[in-house]
Amino acid sequence: MLYEIKLTTTTTYERYANAGRHLLRLMPLDGNLDGQRLIAGSLDIRPSPKERTDAYDFFGNRTTEVVFGESHRKIEFTVRARVDRYAQANELDLSPLLGALPAELNMVRTLDARSPHHFLSASPLVGSSAPIAEYALALVGAEMTVFEAVNALNLALHKDMTYDGDATTVDTPLEEAFEKRKGVCQDFAHIMIACLREIGIPAGYVSGFLRTEPPKGQPRLEGADAMHAWVQAWCGMECGWIDFDPTNALIVGQDHIVVARGRDYSDVGPVKGVLWTSGDQDTEQAVDVIPL
Amino acid sequence: MSRRGATRASRNNPLIEYSPIEGAIDELMTADGQIRPVWQSFIDHLSSLREEEVALRLARGDEYLRDAGVFFRQYGQKDSVERAWPLSHIPVLIQESEWEQISAGLIQRADLLEAIAADMYGPNTLVRDGYLPPSLIATNPEWLRPAINMLPQGRHYLNFAAVDIGRGPDGRWWVLQDRTQAPSGAGFALENRVATSRVFSEFYADANIHRLAGFFRAFRDALYAMRTDDTSRVGILTPGQHNDTYYEHAYIARYLGLMLLEGEDLVVADGKVMVRTVSGNHPISVLWRRLDASYADPLELNGASKLGVPGLVAACRRGSVTLVNALGSGVLECPGLFAFLPRIAQHLLGAPLAMPNVATWWCGDAAARREVAANLERVVMRSAFPNQPLPSSAAREFGTVDVNEAAVALQTMSDRSGSLLVAQEAVTLSTTPVMLDGKLRPRPASLRIFLARTSGGWQVMPGGFARIGKTSDPSAMAMQHGGSVADVWVVSDQPVKPDTMLPAETAPYVRPQLGSLPSRAADNLFWLGRYVERAEATLRLLRAYHTRLAEAGFAETPLLVQLTEFIEENGIDPEQCVPGALRDDLAFAIGSAGKVRDRFSIDGWMALNDLAETATKLARTVTPGYDTARAMGVLLRKITGFSGLVHENMYRFTGWRFLSIGRSLERAVNMCSLLATFADQDAAPGSLDLAIEVGDSTMSHRRRYAVNTTRATVIDLLGLDTMNPRSILYHLSEVREQIARLPRLEHGTHMTALSRAVLQLHTDIAVRRPEEVESAELAEYGEKLMRISDVLTDTYLR
Repeated sequence: MLYEIKLTTTTTYERYANAGRHLLRLMPLDGNLDGQRLIAGSLDIRPSPKERTDAYDFFGNRTTEVVFGESHRKIEFTVRARVDRYAQANELDLSPLLGALPAELNMVRTLDARSPHHFLSASPLVGSSAPIAEYALALVGAEMTVFEAVNALNLALHKDMTYDGDATTVDTPLEEAFEKRKGVCQDFAHIMIACLREIGIPAGYVSGFLRTEPPKGQPRLEGADAMHAWVQAWCGMECGWIDFDPTNALIVGQDHIVVARGRDYSDVGPVKGVLWTSGDQDTEQAVDVIPL
Repeated sequence: MSRRGATRASRNNPLIEYSPIEGAIDELMTADGQIRPVWQSFIDHLSSLREEEVALRLARGDEYLRDAGVFFRQYGQKDSVERAWPLSHIPVLIQESEWEQISAGLIQRADLLEAIAADMYGPNTLVRDGYLPPSLIATNPEWLRPAINMLPQGRHYLNFAAVDIGRGPDGRWWVLQDRTQAPSGAGFALENRVATSRVFSEFYADANIHRLAGFFRAFRDALYAMRTDDTSRVGILTPGQHNDTYYEHAYIARYLGLMLLEGEDLVVADGKVMVRTVSGNHPISVLWRRLDASYADPLELNGASKLGVPGLVAACRRGSVTLVNALGSGVLECPGLFAFLPRIAQHLLGAPLAMPNVATWWCGDAAARREVAANLERVVMRSAFPNQPLPSSAAREFGTVDVNEAAVALQTMSDRSGSLLVAQEAVTLSTTPVMLDGKLRPRPASLRIFLARTSGGWQVMPGGFARIGKTSDPSAMAMQHGGSVADVWVVSDQPVKPDTMLPAETAPYVRPQLGSLPSRAADNLFWLGRYVERAEATLRLLRAYHTRLAEAGFAETPLLVQLTEFIEENGIDPEQCVPGALRDDLAFAIGSAGKVRDRFSIDGWMALNDLAETATKLARTVTPGYDTARAMGVLLRKITGFSGLVHENMYRFTGWRFLSIGRSLERAVNMCSLLATFADQDAAPGSLDLAIEVGDSTMSHRRRYAVNTTRATVIDLLGLDTMNPRSILYHLSEVREQIARLPRLEHGTHMTALSRAVLQLHTDIAVRRPEEVESAELAEYGEKLMRISDVLTDTYLR
């Protein structure tokens, strides 16, 4: 599926903000392992930055570091990209039984970006939590395959959690969102990652886009108006990483476009910035993902 | 021996109650009560002193530490306090030949750790080949992913390391803990040495004890050699005054002549790290990092950090700055690593560890967990990672004394939970003498030893820092509950090189470096000047108020009404004898001074603290009227003492100029508002005398004007006089003179906005005649002075 993507994030400041430094992860990934190809992409920055450095981070995500020289009231980042997305939702379960996963994990003797070892223990935003462990353990059993266990959690979270844009903010800890059983895609993803790690399945955070309008006869997906987030789960040596979208109770396929992968939001935040301003700020996102 | 025995009756016998503790080695004494040879002459010396003399000498050491302002910060439940330095005056003595073995073991270890870091941040062959479990690295919060494949500028991950060691019951030294992130204690070791050598000054002078200065000199040279160009600077990056070892950062910065920098002082531009100074941005190419790496850059590392420098990681990636130690070196402070080091040493060095580390099992592995479960009586459970408490679940399971329960917990534990834990063999430490009530007694000790990478390879500081247990319990666990510290003397059989350490400030290795003052330091000095002056003005005002109050028999005279209003307008509550606003100003002054401890004399610091403490004490006791007036007099004399210290003794470097400008601006502003009110045509009777009194110019006025006090004489003396250090014009001249000596930031022949503003106001006031100056104009002058303060801030202090 070929997509034309346009994303604009606009931050306006109540007072002038001084020369700041930002780290952006906004460009869709280009890679066969992710089942997508970036055909063309541009990132436009206003006001024009004094310095700009493009690079890749540890997890292989595209980063752009920008430094603004002058004080400003408004910053605008615009991504335009054409992406060929050919990943297929996984249908065939070749994963081991849940109890056999630690042994498979021990056979992986590498620490490269896709190594499951990065994704099993606590990460900056996903620590261990007793209520979440209890919730997850009640849903799975030793007779399940890893894939079945992940899928069970994916469906259960969709059923038990309510999508609510007003219940949480970007800084709400996942325990709080879990207690409320409410939140947005970021909360769904973090809670599912916590659940998976508690039952011994390596899990990470994926940021990206959803197609704006659904194919004919299907409902519009939740989270299509802004950048979206979902979960990657390591399902053993044979299956490797599989993406699940708990917000929409889906196994990820051609409707999702990957931007960045990491342990949690702190690794993939689309715009991370440090600047000096005394007033408030307000950020808006506009996303269009149109199939061609 | 026999002679010493003969003098025992009349002399002191500090060893009378000394005997080694069962099951532990004693550094001083063999199991059968013989003094070890390395201690003999020291013990002889100690025995030759009378008991009172010993007490006097110990007090001398404490006095030195107090006067030098040595303290450490202790964190309590809610806040933190500065505590006196707990020096145990008796050093730990180690024979040179034994020290050489210790050094060799630690140098081998430093090389091994360096090789492991290079592998962990590079090809990861140790993981690939099965020498290290991948999850032990992946779970370590100090394994910084942004630093992976980023070869540090200068090629090394470690340049300065410390190792804690202890001697076991078998007489061997064991490694207890590696410190590779930002090891602290080297500066404290120096201070311990100075204090201890004062206690035993005659003995120390002639004894063959290795000196410490050479080690610091070599490391300083190494830091300078790491610079990429000759004009760039070397600094110490500190988390700031709230860190528990900030005193040490300031001390070492002073001792080695390095800039003491906080994150706020630095900015990254075009991939280069620059120090923001009052003379513009200057490149810095080497930073001795005393800040934990995860806090070093909020953009790529811990985003919540307010102590770091945005863009620092990117600058490291470009190789424009060398961090000592490199970002990510903290990964090596990992107790979990202990379990694998013996095998890695064989693999990488082809030799066993020269000094063993404490036997350790990493519980991320089922076989190790079974082994630990079978030996639970002999081990202590710890977090596998640096500076982390036991995970709460593990603390529940292993906090119990029930070994069976803990064994069950281990057997049912998953690899994932286990990977966070290690079991370490419980260590019994050797004991060393401490002085208690004039008698020596054995207490357990561990040593922290420092290593620096120099042009000639690793150098080990010939001495160190001993931590001494509070009780005689020699298990290592007991050490965590307070205790004291002691100097470590490495004793040679030969005379040692007489390396001087004390006159460090004038030592030959101080290289000339342009004095450039960080903007943040300038800002703090400027505000220190302002706050102290503001406090002084308040004191004078309150003294005048309470005197008038008493004189009027607490009746409401027009002058008192006006004075009360004026005091209130200045944000001061006249109902309180020692108002909160005054104590706040003093607290702010201490706050500002605390941020520039490295540029500030100890005497000044103590005087300031004494002033604030006295104010707090007086606030509890004084009553309105003469009593408070007298109290204000006490505080005024103390504040004048402080100002005297600053203005008489402080070198006229740029920082002093900012302090001085702050004081002058504040004084001139206060005088404007005082005159606008009390030299007004309609002011209450007695106002003019009050103005002269608050302006501390009673004597000058009497001498200068034979006539009666008039509005014109008051405005002349306190406003327009060029000789009176209380007048507005006098201080404008001061400001003008100091500003002219500040570094110029703009090029060209035109005047800067700042000097233009100052000259303009100076001229405006200088040409006035006293009788024609209106009150409204005085108020206007005050506002213009405030604007000068703003321009100065914009120009130099942002």
